[in-house]
Amino acid sequence: MHSTGYITRFVLIMTAIVAIALAFLAIGLKPIHKLNEAVYNKRAILSAVASEIEGDFGNLTDEQVQEIFDTKIEQKVFDIDGNEVSSEQVIAAGYAGGRAEDIEMGKERKKPDSEKIFPLYVYTKSDGTRFYIFSVRGNGLWDEIWGNIALESDKNTIAGVAFDHAAETPGLGAEIKDNAAWADQFEDKKIYDEEGNFVSIEVKKGGGTEGMPHAVDGITGATITADGVEAMIQKGMKYYEPFLKANN
Amino acid sequence: MAETAVKEKESAISFGKAERKLLTDPLNDNNPITVQVLGICSALAVTTLLNKAIVMSIAVIFVCAFANLITSLLRNYIPKQVRMIVQLVIIAFLVTLVELTLKAVAYPVYKDLSVFIGLIITNCIVMGRLEAFAMANNPYRSFLDGLGNGFGYGVILIVIAAIRELFGKGSLLNFQIIGPGPNYVLDTEAIAFLGWYQPNNLMVLFPSAMFVIGVLIWIQRAWNKKLVDIS
Repeated sequence: MHSTGYITRFVLIMTAIVAIALAFLAIGLKPIHKLNEAVYNKRAILSAVASEIEGDFGNLTDEQVQEIFDTKIEQKVFDIDGNEVSSEQVIAAGYAGGRAEDIEMGKERKKPDSEKIFPLYVYTKSDGTRFYIFSVRGNGLWDEIWGNIALESDKNTIAGVAFDHAAETPGLGAEIKDNAAWADQFEDKKIYDEEGNFVSIEVKKGGGTEGMPHAVDGITGATITADGVEAMIQKGMKYYEPFLKANN
Repeated sequence: MAETAVKEKESAISFGKAERKLLTDPLNDNNPITVQVLGICSALAVTTLLNKAIVMSIAVIFVCAFANLITSLLRNYIPKQVRMIVQLVIIAFLVTLVELTLKAVAYPVYKDLSVFIGLIITNCIVMGRLEAFAMANNPYRSFLDGLGNGFGYGVILIVIAAIRELFGKGSLLNFQIIGPGPNYVLDTEAIAFLGWYQPNNLMVLFPSAMFVIGVLIWIQRAWNKKLVDIS
């Protein structure tokens, strides 16, 4: 049997060694972690316009993603009224980088509507065609879901979508990310009807959606996640409406 | 006391029958998943895709082997009253190490696995080996035992993941093997031949891992007669 003094000393010394070692490692690796995270987010934004990017999108290296993002994407930030927000105001909102890519949608969701700011990415193809990429965030079944939605230059037709989730069930809710065929359905759907009213996209339960410009098929067994996607697009795109309606 | 010390010294360098048994026993006769039925929660959760299972296996092999080694090196100094907490700190240290490294070198995989890498801390296999083996054996033997148990866990994980990914998604390591899909590695004639398979979504869901583990246990017991008398 060891004395209480020995036990205390042993535990203290051991914890200190472990804590110091891990702290140094965490600080040392932090720049790499940050870079990885940034590239991961940029890849997610670009994947909304994956079909428009030259080259094999699935095999782009981290450097290529950075390059495409730096050269072909223009970043803008808007407030709820559709006014463009300056870099200083973005910094004031709590994002040190001051650019659209620095905005954390999870934090923005919790702010009151009037204080929210919204990132917008304008992707310009080599032939001059423009695409607008919007970030949206909502609730799935277990946790948050989010995504990037790309509209064509008419600010109405969807060019592509890319969703992700925190904790949806693999094989059910997680299909919003894993099932490429499901996400492909969104292509060429429209968020405005012919009279110019905002109708968003409906995620339908059962039944074909061919020829329906504002609906996609749901996912069997993932009704709540699918409803979450519908609500997320409805609410998220609505925030951008001043920009969508403006003629620029 | 003196006798065991001599014995330990002898086996510290050699790799004989006893040492080989430490490595091979957990693969079959004393497999942590199919015989001891430990570590089931991660076996259910990370086996939807083969690449996830492989990364998870490597992480567990690393943690198990080095936690055994460190615990065994400290075994004569660890106060018995707080040994479980000390073991937990060692495991948590190694798991955090794995997590930070993975986040730096393979960020997408880290995103896929993140919660479950952290949960290695509570993996009963690791803790079980520390308590049952490393606290009473020399570092060399403990390290081998950790490797063996890590491999025993990894082998089953990889087999389950291969079955689930193949029948659930029709692919292996994200390359389409059977069923309709865009990422075929084979030529077009083979697609026409293999395209009949309709991926079974049940295999992607958690319960299927339970069936697959059950069937694996059944097959193992039918084939390995030594196991029949144990339970």
